[in-house]
Amino acid sequence: MTEFKDIERELRLFRRRLFAVSALVLLCFGLLLSRFIWLQMVRYEAYAAKAEDNRISVVPIAPNRGLILDRNGVVLARNYSAYTLEITPSKIQVPLDELIDQLGTVVDIQLKDRRRFKKLLEESKQFESLPVRTRLTDDEVARFTAQRYRFPGVDIQARLFRQYPFGKTAAHAIGYIGRISQSDADKIDNTDDAANYNGTDYIGKAGLEKSYESQLHGTTGYEEVEITASGRAVRTLSHTPSVPGKNLILSIDIELQKVIEEAFGDRKGALIAIEPSTGDILAYVSMPSFDPNSFVDGIDQQSWDELNNSPDRPLVNRPLSGTYPPGSTYKPFMALGALELGKRRPEDAIVDHGFFMLGNHKFRDDKPDGHGIVNMFKSIVVSCDTYYYQLANDMGVDAIHDFMKPFGFGQLTGIDLENERRGLLPSTAWKHAAYSKPEQQKWYAGETISLGIGQGYNSFTPLQMAHALATLVNNGIVMKPHLVKLLEDGLTHQRTMIVPKESYRIPLKQENIDFVKSAMVGVNRPGGTGAAAFAGAGYVAGGKSGTAQVATIKQNEKYDAKHVAENLRDNALFTAFAPADHPTIALAVIVENGGWGASAAAPIARKALDYYLLKKRPGEVTKADAAKVDAVTVDPVTGNTSD
Amino acid sequence: MSLHKPSVWQVIRPHLAVFDGALSLIIFLILCVGIVTLYSAGIGLPGRVEDQLRNILIAFIVMWIAANISPQTLLRFAVPLYMLGVSLLVAVALFGVVKKGARRWINFGMVVQPSEMMKIAMPLMLAWYFQKCEGMLRWHVYLVALLLLALPAALIIRQPDLGTALLVLAAGVYVIFLAGLSWKAIVAAVIAVGASLPVIWNFLHDYQRQRIMMLIDPTSDPLGKGFHIIQSTIAVGSGGLTGKGWLKGTQAHLEFIPERTTDFIFAVFSEEFGMVGNVVLMTLYLLLVIRGLMIAANAPTLFTRLLAGSITMIFFTYAFVNMGMVSGILPVVGVPLPFMSYGGTALVTLGLGAGILMSIQRHRKLVQT
Repeated sequence: MTEFKDIERELRLFRRRLFAVSALVLLCFGLLLSRFIWLQMVRYEAYAAKAEDNRISVVPIAPNRGLILDRNGVVLARNYSAYTLEITPSKIQVPLDELIDQLGTVVDIQLKDRRRFKKLLEESKQFESLPVRTRLTDDEVARFTAQRYRFPGVDIQARLFRQYPFGKTAAHAIGYIGRISQSDADKIDNTDDAANYNGTDYIGKAGLEKSYESQLHGTTGYEEVEITASGRAVRTLSHTPSVPGKNLILSIDIELQKVIEEAFGDRKGALIAIEPSTGDILAYVSMPSFDPNSFVDGIDQQSWDELNNSPDRPLVNRPLSGTYPPGSTYKPFMALGALELGKRRPEDAIVDHGFFMLGNHKFRDDKPDGHGIVNMFKSIVVSCDTYYYQLANDMGVDAIHDFMKPFGFGQLTGIDLENERRGLLPSTAWKHAAYSKPEQQKWYAGETISLGIGQGYNSFTPLQMAHALATLVNNGIVMKPHLVKLLEDGLTHQRTMIVPKESYRIPLKQENIDFVKSAMVGVNRPGGTGAAAFAGAGYVAGGKSGTAQVATIKQNEKYDAKHVAENLRDNALFTAFAPADHPTIALAVIVENGGWGASAAAPIARKALDYYLLKKRPGEVTKADAAKVDAVTVDPVTGNTSD
Repeated sequence: MSLHKPSVWQVIRPHLAVFDGALSLIIFLILCVGIVTLYSAGIGLPGRVEDQLRNILIAFIVMWIAANISPQTLLRFAVPLYMLGVSLLVAVALFGVVKKGARRWINFGMVVQPSEMMKIAMPLMLAWYFQKCEGMLRWHVYLVALLLLALPAALIIRQPDLGTALLVLAAGVYVIFLAGLSWKAIVAAVIAVGASLPVIWNFLHDYQRQRIMMLIDPTSDPLGKGFHIIQSTIAVGSGGLTGKGWLKGTQAHLEFIPERTTDFIFAVFSEEFGMVGNVVLMTLYLLLVIRGLMIAANAPTLFTRLLAGSITMIFFTYAFVNMGMVSGILPVVGVPLPFMSYGGTALVTLGLGAGILMSIQRHRKLVQT
């Protein structure tokens, strides 16, 4: 009985315990169920979105950058595909130097490549894939691929590269692209275009590559791909193709450009040639130049220092940011001003004794004994300083300023390049604003005199000088100078003109313009300062030489090229246009420290015009021509021409 | 009549009679769900379904053998099995094979994992012990039981193998609880453990604390171990009410779910069949537990009652811990989902447990009279 009771009690206890564990089971399953309700019903949308995010990766497709072509369709900047060896610093497992050493046993890596990589590294983020070698040969690709497992964080990529087939030619106009640096990236992030730069590694850094960046870049396409947890693409869900950038068709004639750059040789300087009726820039020369190709892959520090610290300053964009006194090339404009303002008639003449006196201050003419009786025509042809000292004095600084300003002297031309400098066209108002002390703010009458011969405070860019001449020979119709003529759609090849219409018209009397032009034609005729350089030309060209002081010469000193350090020698200038009756080209050339404009600068202008008008290259110039040019070059001081 | 040659069915039928109909049906249904899910989870991992079918066959044979062993025989096996298990665990601690930083295996020509057999040997031993002490269950009896439990559990924790240790401990605790440990003692034990936790915490190394924090909060390590639990939670959540459909789970097929055929197979199931599927599966497990507890309630002796109750609750613990882990409410420990996860060892252990339940059910009348 008791035993039975015990068993009964034991069974009751056990069953109570079973109820307890059943309650535990129900509690736990209830907990699970509420968790499932939370995850799968309440928070379903958030988790569904997370799963989609996991699954879908948007891969940008970088657009092909637009090409750059010259006015005749010659390619100046193009893209080509090549293999690069790239390192992702955040993924490597051995020290970087060691890794590059090891890579060097598989693929040829030069010291230059290492230096360039170091520089890239400083400018980039750790997780970016950076090229250590570009343009791998097929052989190198095969060798590395076989040993890839040894190099985690290193991979071969097929990339599009920018190439400038003409190298140094027109480098300052075309510019170059380079890898997007941290500061570029910050700038991009602040624009609406930020998304468009996903997948883009390069950006325009200088020249047209920079100023037309938004047109050249194109629109980035993208592909939605389904990816696995390890990032492997499984299939493509959608595909939005990229739109290639617009091709730029320039106004530059690259053959003309080459001819001019060869004519410069080792000399420093600039030349701008403009088609007066349109504002097309036909040649944009800045010497010395540099090879833009070396910037594309990222330039190494040493090469950069060499370029940047060179005394010849090859990176300076001289036509745009070099400002020079125009010297005597300013005289035709002074003459036109005098005619327009009624200060002189063409036949009004002076007697030049070789100097002009203001008070007891003597302004010397280049020709010590003077030019004798000089009227306006002769003043331009022989470049008489005394005539213009007096004229400047008669006109006054503000009248000169007001007349010159519409021609663009000391004004931004609005060319389609960045970092244009304004230069300086002086006026009393300018001087008052520029200085703080009252005695400095005052304009002195003596300061006006040298303005007449393009010296003094006058300081203009070669672009402004060429533009002013183009405006003059275009009868006062101002055409904004530009380098890009047309934009071409990369797919449809449809072309859009982006050439600006006439900006404004300077009210000038046609007879005055014709007179000044005829005097400039006289310059290139026998007796004129350009006669030697333009002897035997198969066309009629107008011109004006100029020699501008770099160093100040004291009152009674004589300038002697032999005794002046090279970098203090005078700048040689020449402006020219042709054909005289209906000019298709106007140019301004400056040869830094070149000496006499007529001998150093005019022959370059001649070669440019010969090629442009006659398709005659310098090698084809007749021996007689060459001899005459040489004769003038060797004997600049004794020449009766003063400029 | 006697000359009549018996049909195949007539030959097999008495042998099939050892199976419990209800339990067999429930297990069969869960296995079916498991194979269907494994087919989806195993895409890209060829041979998984075939292997699992072979594992099921082996588990079936083990179950059949276990179902044919009478509880009396099991009672005799309890002590030797426990002794063998503990000796092997000691051997592992001394000469074990180290894999992935854990010393769990021992090599006798074939590599075995002794902790796995403790999942059955442990409740068997404790049930035997309480049977032996039946009618005089004093406090020191429970104390000895706790020591019997603590010894192998400690050895397994040291390996370290938290998942298995947890299941072995749970199996023992269930036996002790079902044997009638007083609530007072239980409350006292819970308080004692709770109070000692901060003390233990102070004795831990920083890296050990970190590891425990990771278990509690996986988001603190989103790219390491936390990645698994975050991704499996996303899989469950994105399944929604009705799921993405069979073979259409993106988390599963794009390899975001780790161990998707084994410990995390529930994430695949839940993503593809959603809340509806979860409720169906939970119902099946609930039925399994109910049937197991019914068998325990009807069992004739204390030994069989405790054994059946404990084995059933182990099934439940497997299922709850696994689903809780995958859905992110329990820390990640290596516990498979019963009859669903790919893997032979777990299936054989489960088959053995189910076979013992069936044997207990079949022998309920024989002993009572």
